Amino acid sequence: MHGLSGILDNQGTPLEKQQFTWKEMASRPMSKLDDDAFTRVRIILMNGVEADALRVKHMLARFDKRLQLPLAQIRRVEQHQCTAVNWLLSADHSPLETTIAYEQVAIEVTAAVAQNEPDPYQAQTYRFGLLEDFDHLYRYAAMLDRLEGKDANNILQGYTDLVPGRKTSEHHRAPESDLRENYDKNDADLITKIHAALITGAEYQTHDYYMNIGPTFTDPVARMLYAEIASVEEQHVTQYGSLMDPAESLMEKWLVHEAMEVYAYASCAEQEENPRIKALWERFLDYELGHLNMACDIFKQIDRRDPAEVLGGTLPSMIQFKSQRDFVRKVLAEETDLRTSGSAYVPKEQESPLSLEYRRHINSEGIASDIVSAGYDWAPGTELNRKTP
Amino acid sequence: MNKAAKLGHNFTGAQMSPEDTRKMVEYVGERPADVPGDASTLAHAREQMNREEGDVGSVPIPGSVKGMLKSTFDKILGNDPELLIDKLGERLAFERTGVRLYEALIAKAGACETGAELIPTLRQIRDDEEAHMFLLVDALESLGADPTAQTPCADLAGVVGSGALKVITDPRTNLAQALNAMLTIELTDNAAWELLIKLADDGGHANIGSSFTHALTEEQRHLNTIRSLLARELGVSGH
Repeated sequence: MHGLSGILDNQGTPLEKQQFTWKEMASRPMSKLDDDAFTRVRIILMNGVEADALRVKHMLARFDKRLQLPLAQIRRVEQHQCTAVNWLLSADHSPLETTIAYEQVAIEVTAAVAQNEPDPYQAQTYRFGLLEDFDHLYRYAAMLDRLEGKDANNILQGYTDLVPGRKTSEHHRAPESDLRENYDKNDADLITKIHAALITGAEYQTHDYYMNIGPTFTDPVARMLYAEIASVEEQHVTQYGSLMDPAESLMEKWLVHEAMEVYAYASCAEQEENPRIKALWERFLDYELGHLNMACDIFKQIDRRDPAEVLGGTLPSMIQFKSQRDFVRKVLAEETDLRTSGSAYVPKEQESPLSLEYRRHINSEGIASDIVSAGYDWAPGTELNRKTP
Repeated sequence: MNKAAKLGHNFTGAQMSPEDTRKMVEYVGERPADVPGDASTLAHAREQMNREEGDVGSVPIPGSVKGMLKSTFDKILGNDPELLIDKLGERLAFERTGVRLYEALIAKAGACETGAELIPTLRQIRDDEEAHMFLLVDALESLGADPTAQTPCADLAGVVGSGALKVITDPRTNLAQALNAMLTIELTDNAAWELLIKLADDGGHANIGSSFTHALTEEQRHLNTIRSLLARELGVSGH
């Protein structure tokens, strides 16, 4: 256990030294075939973090003139960090294969977060969400097999199971039942704030990715499947976003986001096995320390407060990038039938009638997630490879 | 540059993690599919939506026949001229993309130890493709059609070719991998020129058909060249 203050002793790379060339940003990608699946998990996660860093900083800038220049300066670097990270994904991934990888991120990272999260309600929320992403993975795996004739496990590399979870057709809820209770900024642990910022950012990028690639499919069921799951991802953004305390000031949200970026890059740098990509994580960890220190200085100047008021407390270990199979199976066994009524988690029979009503209509003309996965049992080398006795 | 595929740590196969695979397969047995049916459910949905959906788009009306009745239009331009215009548009788009594909292939050959000597041959094919493109421009103009328009089949030729384009332009692919993609292109191109000539003849445009016979001969030569270059790259005996 160590606090962020230890990390903060390191000033990181000064902003003016955080430079890029186009060639660096678009440098050699990871290998889809020869890199470990968790290298891709980290790439996708960090692209989500950087995209959210840009998004959050644009929103902050709209509300405070004094912050506009420093935020614009940091965003310039983060745009290029985001590019360097996202361009690591090699072009031989089909959009559907990348989708499989996105869901692997959502499952494995959210499962790691759920186990590290000290607040029981927040942890319950992560477990609730991960069962849905787990089911999305299964439906998309069926789509990949039946559309492209490919095995999702070529992407997953044996780390993540491929079976039904909480049925996607039952994820569609009334907005009232997507909102969650938020942490209290004065009582919450730093890691609780970091987790909410991290998973919200990750889900946001998943939503945006599906919205961008969904219409590029010609298969009518694939188009409908992306429409269906993108809608659930938007619900997830609502869910995870509402975990954060709305009473946090703009500056406080900025500090938490920068701390989250530092934590996430430090986790990646600690566990990366590809030396070239590890060097990138280390470099960007130093960049983020620079951003965090700059944000702390501005916080002191404008709010005249000690950043430790926001970022105090200890941090548990880094995000564990490894198969969370046993934990996910336990959650599947115990919580698949959980539903929501407002912000409360309830048994299936007590689900909000508003959600049931919403679902009745939206599912009434066919459900792509059901159509594509009818009778789908994954087998190594695709369902066509199953040798019948 | 030597990018011959070699043995290494490819992580994709089930045999790379037999214990994980065993667990996964067992778990599928414990939690099988929760929706009854099989892959035919998807096929039925596709069939249904094929019935419901509209088309990709239309063939633009040739400027020379704007405002004419369809019957007059057919009389002037032969039997079912929109089909011929669509397919001429397709070939034009294909040849134009072909020029770009060969430019990318030449760049790859230039970076390969074994590739530099192929460049004059590839450049010749590139120039042939460009000449074919103008042949098609002339044919379309002779029908009063707009050679700058993207017809439905031209649009789909782009979709079909997009995979080959990705393989040939990827800096990580080697010459044999790129030639393999080009072989797909040339095989299609050959069959398509043959069909196009028949289509022009059947539509009463023998002059267009005969203007294409030389192009077909050249395309047959391209196909044989690419096939033998690929065999050579792969070290197939006799090349």
